[in-house]
Amino acid sequence: MGMTITEKILAAAAGKSKVEPGDLIDAKVDCIMCHDVTTPAAISMLKEKGIDKVFDKEKIVVTPDHFQPAKDIKSAELHKRLDTWAREKGIRYYYPLGKAGVCHALLPEQGHIRPGEVIVGGDSHTCTYGALAAFSTGIGSTDLAAAIATGTLWFRVPESIKFVLNGKLGKGVYSKDVILAVIAKIGTDGALYKAMEFVGPALKEMSMEARMTITNMAIEAGGKNGIIGFDEITKKYLDEHLKDKKEYKVYESDKDAKYEQTIEIDCSKLEPIVALPHLPSGGQPISKCAGIKMDQAYIGSCTNGRIEDLRIAAEILRGKKVAIRTIIVPATPVIWKQAKDEGLFDVFYEADCVISAPTCGACLGGFMGILAAGEKCVSTTNRNFVGRMGSPKSEVYLASPATAAASAIEGKLVDPRKYL
Amino acid sequence: MAKAHVYKRDHINTDEIIPARYLNTDNMAELAAHCMEDLDTNFVKKCKPGDCIVAGDDFGCGSSREHAVWALQGAKVGAVIAKNFARIFYRNCINCGFYPIELANATEVINDGDEIEVDYKKGVINNKTQNKEIKFKPLPDFAIEIINDGGLLEHIQKRTAD
Ligand code: SF4
Repeated sequence: MGMTITEKILAAAAGKSKVEPGDLIDAKVDCIMCHDVTTPAAISMLKEKGIDKVFDKEKIVVTPDHFQPAKDIKSAELHKRLDTWAREKGIRYYYPLGKAGVCHALLPEQGHIRPGEVIVGGDSHTCTYGALAAFSTGIGSTDLAAAIATGTLWFRVPESIKFVLNGKLGKGVYSKDVILAVIAKIGTDGALYKAMEFVGPALKEMSMEARMTITNMAIEAGGKNGIIGFDEITKKYLDEHLKDKKEYKVYESDKDAKYEQTIEIDCSKLEPIVALPHLPSGGQPISKCAGIKMDQAYIGSCTNGRIEDLRIAAEILRGKKVAIRTIIVPATPVIWKQAKDEGLFDVFYEADCVISAPTCGACLGGFMGILAAGEKCVSTTNRNFVGRMGSPKSEVYLASPATAAASAIEGKLVDPRKYL
Repeated sequence: MAKAHVYKRDHINTDEIIPARYLNTDNMAELAAHCMEDLDTNFVKKCKPGDCIVAGDDFGCGSSREHAVWALQGAKVGAVIAKNFARIFYRNCINCGFYPIELANATEVINDGDEIEVDYKKGVINNKTQNKEIKFKPLPDFAIEIINDGGLLEHIQKRTAD
């Protein structure tokens, strides 16, 4: 019996030739992502236990992002704890304000993610990095503390579900629509504890950025990790982004690997999708939900705050005015500068949008765009839980950057295809 | 005696257990004051030490914030009994020395307000109100070991000391 790519990566990290779903393994960790919400607690735990050691200063990447620049005194204290620790420990890849960005956009961009590696992060959307043929998963603060100290963690090897993305995406339909369709189909626990492996011809037409939108939302179906195999597109991205260590190992799923389930999606049949409140599985084709009035549009986050997303939004907003509050959040300083240099800021400015510094901000209801009771927001983020972006009585509608931008112009949910 | 607080809901998520607007602290007592706030504003008032939360599928889905577990621990919740749990939340519970109990028909065999007693090792919930014994699958041994040691870090320290 062959192995899946996820099983192969985990087996190698555990120093075994073979693993099977259900096996409990101790795996070596190659990279740890640390941010301002979950890491300060991990640091305190380590201090309290008198554990001073950091397993490897080169393998820990630190960036404040959720509440940065600090939104209030308490978050300033979190940043201070993170900053003091990172400097004290001599963490090589520390990205303080000015270099900091939304973690899951920043790490691949800065070349910290390599195929075949095991990456953990104190954040549920750490599954994003699977787009680069790596195993990556989110953990809490205690796991984070353990990983920082020992460089290993226990895992249960997950069963894999294969998602075959067939066909070709139509104009105005994006990878965000694909993943919203997948989650609508299987539900928010449809892949609970499982590896979600994405294959198929539709991926060949997607950039690395677009693929990351898909793996980013694996957790919204309950998945442990999302993963996409290595190909020319992956290679090109790595060639452009890897800095120090350029070698990596490529694993591929065997032909006779075992999948718990195979789910086929015909991408050519998809239309733009909006996930209605209050679950990411509430996806409806735009034809069924167009017309719902919005109060705000939010374009940003680790799901859709990359340059490609801003370009798509700008293309639609060019020469238009928005009818509702519209907030644009480039996910990292590099993306920010790129957007500025390409003239996208002028487009957003002319359209009456506001442009923020890189931050998680309102994606998690932190700051910079919080919703009042009764308000509705069309958002390119990944979660529309009750109270996610503000008042428990507000509503979040998840959509692609194109749908969010078009909806901003009309102040209600609309099909973006008429603007393309 | 522990009381059951039953929420007949699936997908109770970490934003409901502890909203992100309170994540600017990791202080357990501060978090506890807002435990379950967006789901039930009265929860903190009515929860007595040792009381259990009973819920449907996929409890704790969403963010990896361990703050959700700390809020529950700070509010002195004894255990969460749910049909099943989201993965990271489940792991966080064990790592913090807190019991996640998987029980397929949780919200059917326990009613809101029932007096219950939980034997974690044997995997038995004694529903005193209904005079019924309910069996559940105890956690795997290694997880019980971690919980008994007081959490993952304590467990690692003990293991390396041995
Ligand atoms: S952008 Fe939103 S989903 Fe992504 S890491 Fe930040 S808070 Fe989490």
